[in-house]
Amino acid sequence: MVKFVSLAEAIADNLHDGDSVAFEGFTHLIPHAAAHEAIRQGIKDLTLIRMTPDIIYDQMIGMGLAKKVVFSYAGNPGVGLLRRLRDAVENQHPRAIEIEEHSHAAMANAYEAGASGLPCAIFRGYKGAELAKVNPNIKSVTCPFTGEELAAVPAIRPDVSIIHAQKADRRGNVLVEGIVGVQKEAVLAAKRAVVTVEEIVEDVTKVHPNACVLPHWTITAIAEVKGGAHPSYAHGYYDRDNAAYLEWDKISAERDLFESWMKANVIDALPGDFAARVADLEVNK
Amino acid sequence: MSGNDFTADEMMTIAAARALSNDDVVFVGIGAPSAACNVARLTHAPDITLIYESGTIGTKPDVLPLSIGDGELCETAVTTVAVPEMFRYWLQGGRITLGFLGAAQLDRFGNINTTVIGSYDDPKVRLPGGGGAPEIASSCGKIFITMKQSLRGMVEKIDFFTSFGHGEGGDHRKRLGITTEGPVLLITDLAIWEPDPETKEFTVVSLHPGVTRDQVQDTCAWPAKFADSVKETPLPTEEEIRTLRDLKARTDAAHKGKAA
Repeated sequence: MVKFVSLAEAIADNLHDGDSVAFEGFTHLIPHAAAHEAIRQGIKDLTLIRMTPDIIYDQMIGMGLAKKVVFSYAGNPGVGLLRRLRDAVENQHPRAIEIEEHSHAAMANAYEAGASGLPCAIFRGYKGAELAKVNPNIKSVTCPFTGEELAAVPAIRPDVSIIHAQKADRRGNVLVEGIVGVQKEAVLAAKRAVVTVEEIVEDVTKVHPNACVLPHWTITAIAEVKGGAHPSYAHGYYDRDNAAYLEWDKISAERDLFESWMKANVIDALPGDFAARVADLEVNK
Repeated sequence: MSGNDFTADEMMTIAAARALSNDDVVFVGIGAPSAACNVARLTHAPDITLIYESGTIGTKPDVLPLSIGDGELCETAVTTVAVPEMFRYWLQGGRITLGFLGAAQLDRFGNINTTVIGSYDDPKVRLPGGGGAPEIASSCGKIFITMKQSLRGMVEKIDFFTSFGHGEGGDHRKRLGITTEGPVLLITDLAIWEPDPETKEFTVVSLHPGVTRDQVQDTCAWPAKFADSVKETPLPTEEEIRTLRDLKARTDAAHKGKAA
């Protein structure tokens, strides 16, 4: 039974020390507010799973929450490298982290396998790619019908998946629109699913017969957080804050600057602060 | 417009754009490939199909996206699909004729490293990694690569095989069971390179206007090969330059300001 709760409660109830967690969002609808709440709550020893661990995982790694990262592209999209992640990998600061690295195709297939209840994903990939030599979770299988050798990776089954969506309705059905990424697969692959939404409306099931709706019984907890994806965006609500992504490159370059920024904007902030951050980015205004 | 009124970067983007056609279905990498693809779309190839790995198919952005998933890609697309579908039905399914990649490190056989500088376990520089590139490199019909020449970028030996080009050259792709063509074109800020039909080693086939062979060699760490008859890349036309500069100006304005 889905619960409507505050963001603090949703994270405290569902994300625990040592969990594997996927904060998913493919450039669009990245659950920044939820990640900041996890940082404020000081949750430890997380295995962070995400295809594109951008700013939020840079922040979580820099604040020492992660023991392991599973990913396929660890960059600040269109800007450059993730400097806190680099500091952890290259200098073990603030702690050493383990990395498990895949390609996008592998991660996307692995989420789909997780959602499908399969133990592994099979696909045509990693041909000639050196990741297959350094990641023991990349193996191969032979097609029993054609003899073709295919790549295999374990299904992704997070303890909890956390996403941001445009709308939930009063029953707890969740609507995702625009670039839908792997959020549906991440939610269905996880034991528990937490969703933050821009707004709660009467009914999302009549938008379009094929709209991407996650039925209420696939979700554990919903928290309304207006602007909760910033500086990522919510299609139909506000635009991507590209300037903030460019700015992050500077903030994350220095440990001291990073820590003071995190204190001012995350530790001493609240979920309610996100609404003001998107005020100038709102569409149709 | 005078014949010399353009930068090496602009020449690179325009030369890359010219290599694209209306019939191409392109998996577009961010950065230089994205600029080239959109210049092609805005000039001679209005019907080119551009696909970004965020799931947007047939997108027509007015400004260059900062990331592969900017909202405009979705708003202007024919359709937007989930990421697993993108990689399974469209890329793995063999529906994409051309992959257009950039590279941090490249070798003479078109193998690409975007993973680490130094060793994998104890890297000197941890780069973002492959993202979609390992399967783009093997599943698209053919591959174009674009990058600026430098001794650090065009190296004798790459530190990590993120994406497989022609491996050790010759029929190495075929020996690994890869049925697609692989890298068929390298467009740099100085020249256009094509793989030798037999060895698959990149060979300079055209020098951009004013560029010398020495300049090409000075910015390439392997001994550069030149085709028997090396052409000169035609100068950018006024339309090409104007289209590229307008696109960049719109892009800069959009990325600097909030809600610009």
